[in-house]
Amino acid sequence: MSTDGKPLKQIHLAAHFPGVNNTTVWSDPEAGSHIEFDSFVHLARTAERAKFDLFFLAEGLRLREQNGEIYDLDVVGRPDTFTVLAALAAVTDRIGLAGTINSTFNEPYEVARQFASLDHLSAGRAAWNVVTSWDAFTGENFRRGGFLPQEQRYERAKAFLATAAELFDSWHGGEVVADKENGVFLVDPRAGAFEHRDAHFDIAGRFNVPRSPQGRPVILQAGDSEEGREFAASTADAIFSRHGTLEAGQEFYADVKGRLAKYGRRNEDLVVLPAATFVLGDTDAEAQELADVVRHQQVSGQTAIKFAEQLWNRDLSGYDPDGPLPDVDPVVGENTIAKGRASVRMYRDPLATAKQWRELAAAKNLSLRELIIEVTGRQNFIGSPATVASSINELVQADASDGFILVPHVTPGGLDRFADDVVPLLQERGVFRTEYSGTTLRDHLGIGAPRPLG
Amino acid sequence: MSPVPKLHLAVALDAAGWHPAAWREPDARPAELFTARYWADLVGEAERGLLDFVTIEDSLGVQSSLPDGFDDRADQVRGRLDAVLVASRIAPLTRHIGLVPTAVVTHTEPFHLSKAIATLDYVSNGRGGLRAQVAPRHVDAAHFGRRELGEISWDDVAHFDRQSAIADLLEETADYVEVVRRLWDSWEDDAEIRDVATGRFVDREKLHYIDFEGRWFSVRGPSITPRPPQGQPLVVTLAHAGLPYRVGARAADVVLVTPGERGDIRPIVDQVRTEQENAGRAGEQVHVFADILVFLDETESAAAERKARLDAVDGAEYTSDTLIFTGTAAGLADQLVAWRDEGLSGFRLRPGAIPHDLEAITRALVPELRARGVFRDEYEATTLRGLLGLPRPANRYAA
Repeated sequence: MSTDGKPLKQIHLAAHFPGVNNTTVWSDPEAGSHIEFDSFVHLARTAERAKFDLFFLAEGLRLREQNGEIYDLDVVGRPDTFTVLAALAAVTDRIGLAGTINSTFNEPYEVARQFASLDHLSAGRAAWNVVTSWDAFTGENFRRGGFLPQEQRYERAKAFLATAAELFDSWHGGEVVADKENGVFLVDPRAGAFEHRDAHFDIAGRFNVPRSPQGRPVILQAGDSEEGREFAASTADAIFSRHGTLEAGQEFYADVKGRLAKYGRRNEDLVVLPAATFVLGDTDAEAQELADVVRHQQVSGQTAIKFAEQLWNRDLSGYDPDGPLPDVDPVVGENTIAKGRASVRMYRDPLATAKQWRELAAAKNLSLRELIIEVTGRQNFIGSPATVASSINELVQADASDGFILVPHVTPGGLDRFADDVVPLLQERGVFRTEYSGTTLRDHLGIGAPRPLG
Repeated sequence: MSPVPKLHLAVALDAAGWHPAAWREPDARPAELFTARYWADLVGEAERGLLDFVTIEDSLGVQSSLPDGFDDRADQVRGRLDAVLVASRIAPLTRHIGLVPTAVVTHTEPFHLSKAIATLDYVSNGRGGLRAQVAPRHVDAAHFGRRELGEISWDDVAHFDRQSAIADLLEETADYVEVVRRLWDSWEDDAEIRDVATGRFVDREKLHYIDFEGRWFSVRGPSITPRPPQGQPLVVTLAHAGLPYRVGARAADVVLVTPGERGDIRPIVDQVRTEQENAGRAGEQVHVFADILVFLDETESAAAERKARLDAVDGAEYTSDTLIFTGTAAGLADQLVAWRDEGLSGFRLRPGAIPHDLEAITRALVPELRARGVFRDEYEATTLRGLLGLPRPANRYAA
């Protein structure tokens, strides 16, 4: 029990394989391959050793470009999500295996088959982070193309997810009896029959994968807009967010949990997991120093210019990163400078953001690079293991989250120290499992079986 | 290292075996068909037999005894797992054997499949491949709702060379594989430079747009996945007639063919070689394997009786698109050697029943072949291309 008498919440933890962005420090001497299977094995096994809920892979279906060229300053290249998760199922036993799969450049029948197969092959550990994308830039890699008007994004994603759920549910479980004696393989010869017709999908037939251990994969979402939150409240089992601080976290947490009741869902049916970065040191002071070194590794002078270009939406290669901010204003309108990057959409009012940045730079006397270091991605948790464990626990107990998806900045060993030094402290406090109590990801997240379609 | 064997051997895994009643055999494990352990055991058995590779069957629709449409039969195996994921799940559990899942190319995205097989190649350290297969059934098309296909009849299946809808799908397969292959080459091997001095992770001059534009689709590239360990994972196609021979000769490293008797082999191989030349691949090594469906026992009569017994259980004589061999391992070994001498370099055997015929292949046929001096007694290479004597190809985009 906590001091105020409320029962202690159990923390949920996820491990994010370091991403294709500047957070990942590839120049570190310890940094390994982003494509060799051993790197994935290392991180997944580390997370499983530490009893994490799940291992997570992001996805991007076209190499990013800036100023009309492939962006070369960050890690480039990643494996196929389903394929690497299926292989990880062979070298892990309990940890959830979560993949990001796009609902624009895929079809429900194929994706449902792949997730149902992954769930069978992992004995109930599959999870799907449903994302939407609509850009014609990525669509150039696909026979179907990709352009989708913005207002149809969630509509298509909702229809996709609903269709996939119908496919998963087209087998109820128990159909495969394999009775040799009486020659009955299926008790229902029409198992898998489905028909779905809406504006996006007009399909019918037989789904050909029997019901998987979890029934349906765990559904993850990362939407932050009004409709994204509503989508998550209606359909997701867990939601990722960018709100890892106390106030912003509490606000987001209360908001999305508050939306559950109207869908007949309980508070615990949606697990809130903000993304979080961390730097550990023997002491808090050492960690602070290290965090500053990492931030400078993450934001080189070149990277700072590229970041500024994403807001300014124009070529800034003539500017000095160690000098002042550009004196010209951002180009307002469609972002033409950076392609294949979700983050540019965050700058909804570039002129206002540029003004804020100039004021901040002036107030603190920051160069362009120092400003970018200041305004992008400071680590969420910095300190000794004891400090970080306390911070995480306090945020969870204060309902700023139900846990975190941790993003190490070095591949593949970036989670090692967290697993060795922080997790035992959380376990000592009785707020994190010391053993898995169940076998499926649904068990780990405590979310129960999927709800029948209504 | 021992030399490349004189005869290559693959096995085609499908459920409890190819006979529709095989799942009812006493040693069958039909309740485990949807588990990883089942597939791990099968592939492990094939690897103990030192086979070159396994293929894993797949389809984007439920199995049927009809050429198209649902038969609603509950007395045969229905349902499958995605073969690419099965292969990937098994990869870390094996070390030598090649893994060649079937992948449907009719309703899927070449961009996705290219990176999936590249990733299979990474997780298996160079043992990945794919068998490209068309999905002509109109019921499978209805699962996607993106194109109309006419209903396929038995007559179409018997003469699919002439049927224009299927002919189009076959032509499309060649384009599809071309895109998959270009994407594998879209990263040069040394594109990742990690140059701390200049801050560049990749040399973008070594990443290539593939800019494929064909009759059915266009794809820009480059892949999101770096060039796989084998450079080009193995591509396999199954071909029964002239047009599929042309597609195979254009696209594949291994063309599986279905001669009914020894005399069929030379004309078939000649056709494949002619098409290979026409495709501008005369200098490349393309394997031609024969597919044979096998029931193997101690005596010829025992094998024939077992097949007849399974036919009776199923209520129909089982026929196939390829030759069905019933007999002994020694008899099959003699036939494989004789057929090889007609111009084949290997065989893909389809076990009639699993585990019986799979184990007969690995434990009886393989020793018979070895006794005839035509099969390996240890794995002589670490990649699938290596096992098949195929070089790691140069990158088409490298300067």
